[in-house]
Formats: sequence, C-alpha cells, structure tokens
Amino acid sequence: MRAIRIEGVSFKYRGSSEWALKDVDLEVEEGEYVLITGPSGCGKTTLCRCINGLIPHFYEGEYKGDVVLFEEIEVSKYEPYQLAPIVGMVFQDPESQLLMSSVEREIAFGLENLGIDRDEMRRRVEWALKLLGIEHLRNKAPYELSGGEQQKVAIASVIAMRPRILVLDEPTANLDPASSLDVINVLSDLKRKLNITIIIVEHRLNLLAPIVNRVVVMDKGRIIIDESPEEVFLRKVDMLEKIGVEVPKTCLVYRKLFEFENEEEMKPPFSPEDLVQVILNAKKVSNRS
Amino acid sequence: MPRRLAIEVKNLWFKYPESEEWVLKDINLEIEEGEIVAIMGENGAGKTTLIKHFNGLLKPVKGYVKVFGLDTREHTVAELARRVGLVFQNPDHQIFASTVLEETMFALKNFGWDLKKAEERAVKILKELGLYKYIHTSPFMLSGGEKKRLTIASVLVYDPDILVLDEPTVGQDYGQKRRFAEIIYRINREGKTVIVVTHDVEFVADYIDHVIVMAKGKIVAEGNSTEVLCNDEVMKEARLLMPQLGLAALMLRKHVEFRGNFLRLPIFIKEVRRWLNDA
Repeated sequence: MRAIRIEGVSFKYRGSSEWALKDVDLEVEEGEYVLITGPSGCGKTTLCRCINGLIPHFYEGEYKGDVVLFEEIEVSKYEPYQLAPIVGMVFQDPESQLLMSSVEREIAFGLENLGIDRDEMRRRVEWALKLLGIEHLRNKAPYELSGGEQQKVAIASVIAMRPRILVLDEPTANLDPASSLDVINVLSDLKRKLNITIIIVEHRLNLLAPIVNRVVVMDKGRIIIDESPEEVFLRKVDMLEKIGVEVPKTCLVYRKLFEFENEEEMKPPFSPEDLVQVILNAKKVSNRS
Repeated sequence: MPRRLAIEVKNLWFKYPESEEWVLKDINLEIEEGEIVAIMGENGAGKTTLIKHFNGLLKPVKGYVKVFGLDTREHTVAELARRVGLVFQNPDHQIFASTVLEETMFALKNFGWDLKKAEERAVKILKELGLYKYIHTSPFMLSGGEKKRLTIASVLVYDPDILVLDEPTVGQDYGQKRRFAEIIYRINREGKTVIVVTHDVEFVADYIDHVIVMAKGKIVAEGNSTEVLCNDEVMKEARLLMPQLGLAALMLRKHVEFRGNFLRLPIFIKEVRRWLNDA
C-alpha cells in the first residue's frame, strides 16, 4: 500500500520571498525506510512538516499541491491531532519535545490527549518502554537523562500512539557519536519489529547508508536524486560532493581505487569491514593473474 | 627554538561551589602557539568546563591555568578575553544585536575603539567570512551555519591570539564543515592558535592532527590523530567511534604498511594502491 503520496507540493513561508519547496513529488510505499538528505536550507524539514500536517495547519504561508496518506487521508483536510496517531514526528532537539515530570508520564501524555482509556494507556506505555529498551528510566525526569536517552524517550512517546509512519528530523544532530549509533540501532529494531514506514532526515550518512532502502537528496527546494543507497553512493558521488553532501569515505575509497569494466559488478561498501573485504579480494585476484 | 606556550594547564582540579563532584580531575596540558588542537570526548566529559578556564570564565579550584604565561587567577576575564576568543556552541546564546554589523562591532566598541575604525575592521572580517552581504540584516534572519560564522566573526574581529571553537560542526552540513576547516586553516596561517572542541571524529580525522581526548573529567589520551583515534581502548572509554578509514586501516595493518596520516583519504588510497600494485 502507498503510505505517502506527495504531488506537486510547493510551499513558501509567510514573510519569505523564496519558495522552500518547489513542485515536489514523492511516493513512499508502506514499510519503506527512506533517508532524506541535502545541504542546510534545501527544504528537508519543510517536506517533513508537509507530511505530518504542521504545514499547512501550523506554519503559515502559500501552499500548493496535495499530500495524501494511505490513499485516503488528505493531510490538508485533517487537523494535526487527527494526524498524530498516523504520523509520529521526532525532532532534532528532544528537550523541545519533552515536558512532563517523568518518563512514564511523558509517554502517557500523547495517549491522554488522544483520549485512550487508562488500561490501554498503561499497556501501551509498558509496550513502548520495553520496545525502546528504556524500562529502567521510567521514573526519571527527562532533564536527568543524557541526550541519547532523551531522544529514545521522545521516540517512545511517539511510538506509543502507534503511528503507521515515523518522521524523524535530524534526530542525532545534537548527540555524540555513541549515542547517535544507539538511537539509529533502536530505529532499525523498531523497523524490524513493527514494519513501520520511516522517513529520516540526516547529514551523517555513513551511519544510515547501510540501513535505509532508499535515499532522497534535495537541493534548493527540489528532489534531485531518489535512488537506492548503492546507486546514489556509486553513480551520484560527484553531484553529492558538488552540492555539499557527505559521501561515506568507504564509498569514496572504493570508487577511486577500483575501475570496473562492467558497472553491474560494482557494489559500494558501506562499512570499513566491507571495504577491507573488497580490498583483500582484489589483491587475491591480482596475485592469481 | 621552542615555541611559546599559548596555554599551560597544570594539575587543574575544578568543581562548582555547591557541588561535591569534581568536574575536572588533575588536568595537565600544554598547547604551543600556532597549533591546531582538537579536544574530544562525549557530552559531559568536561570539555566545555575546561575551555571556560582558558579565558578565566572559570578559575581553578586547585592547580593553575596560564595563558601566554598569565595566570588566569590573577587576571580578569576582560583582560584574558582579548587574548582568548571563545565561540560557544549555540549561536543564539551569543547573538543579540539588531544587525550583523552591530553584532560584529560590539566587542570593539566595548574596547573603546573609534567607531569608524571599528566599522572598517568589522567589514573586513565579515568579507573574509562571506557575510558582507548581510551587514544590515538582523542576525536572527541568518541560517544556522551563517549564525555560527557570525559568532566566529564577532570574536575574530578583536584579533585574539587564541581562538577556541566549541562544537563548531554540530548540526552543520558537509559543505559548511569544509568551510569551517578552511576558516580554521586560514586563521592558523595568520599565526593564531586554534582549539576545536568536538565529538565529530570524521571532522578531526579529515583536518586536525593533534588530538586530546577527555572522559569523565580527565584527559585519557593525547597525541597524533592516527594514534589516538585508532586506539580502541581510548575510543571506547571516551564513547567515541573510530573514524571509518582508521577502522579499515587497523584491519589491513597485517598486510599494508601505512605511512603518513592514513586517516586522510588521498593518503589512505595511495598506501592501499601501492600495496595492491606490489607483486
């Protein structure tokens, strides 16, 4: 089933002279894991806001086009609270999202707003705590937690609403490397267990390239690349470097070290382990010949 | 002739007055004039607390910090700040003026500069950092990357000998990081000492050779980036991830004899190619 259909969407923030999005089309199937990237100011965040209804309901401006979820829900015709159980949103700065006195209450907060009954609420809070592996934090106050833990709580409180789509806008931007990896592993785990559709905006591609099944690159309000990670990090490297998007170093080494006669044989390594394997194999082949 | 010491930290211990817990524990550190140094570690390791000692915002509870020989306990922040410019992580905490030009001139006005001279100097710096077109714009209209460059401009404008940048790459895209690296190199060529506080391992691998790693208020390693960032124990203790090429180089070390800084892409490629071509 088609989870998201974005058709001809343009948006200009009130008071701004430039269009943040220019005639964007994007279709995402249910269960896909899509990475959206591009230089700062390319329109990534604006696109996320169109999916969860913050545009046009919260941000004012000029809006054109349609965003339809699961082939029937027109985002512009639903209120954000009606969309909350369908699209969950996680932001860059978890502190801006956390407001209650304990982790448990934080996770329950969204459910209370949806009017879910108490027994079901308890079940869902337990389920979300367990799913994210943060049961030990249940009685802590969000401000006592590290950035990585806060971000997991933010994800848990969104997941508890059982959304069918999860949108994350640079969830690791403020985290240190170990916490970033932690959060990304948690997302992979969620993906495996729930078959949820995930849209993630990120700059740090080396962590995500091996995990996602699709990479969307934006520049100046438009989508300029929409391919598998293998395609993108093999054949679109020059374009990425030109607009200022980081290419995983393992892919750069691979591209510069090896020349293939048959492009079909090329498979970019996304991890240092894979890169080393490719290099050792190349040595074996050259020794034999 | 040995170069002058820009920063000397000796047996530095620090805790906040109302707290029992030591935030910095026996820090010893020497940074020479004209160096580029990265101070790394996870959030909460004590990096920001340490650099606040460099311009006297915080004073040692035990031990001392000297800036070009000046003991920070005996000098005011106002005196030290002229030698050491600190650029904090969040530009919104630092920006307040109504135009980019005003923002950049602020320190010079405080130092009692003639207005015309202050403006000339500010314009020069804004041009260097690619912000000249915004001189009459409100700083709050700038993008995140531009705001960061503006905070650097408003520190560089008074020509400190030491520039300390706290997490300059957080939330920045690859192009902006490259531009920061260019700025760092350029001001370093002008003779300035640059200290970059960061947990961005790939950025350090790409651009900075001298690395200091902190964990839980202590310095746990110091040396060349190739040694420090490829030391599994150190990286684990500091909760940092080894750079991608460092990890690959470690795995290849049995076969390939790496010479030079293999964390840099061209050198890594050259070394592996040499090995592949060896019979």
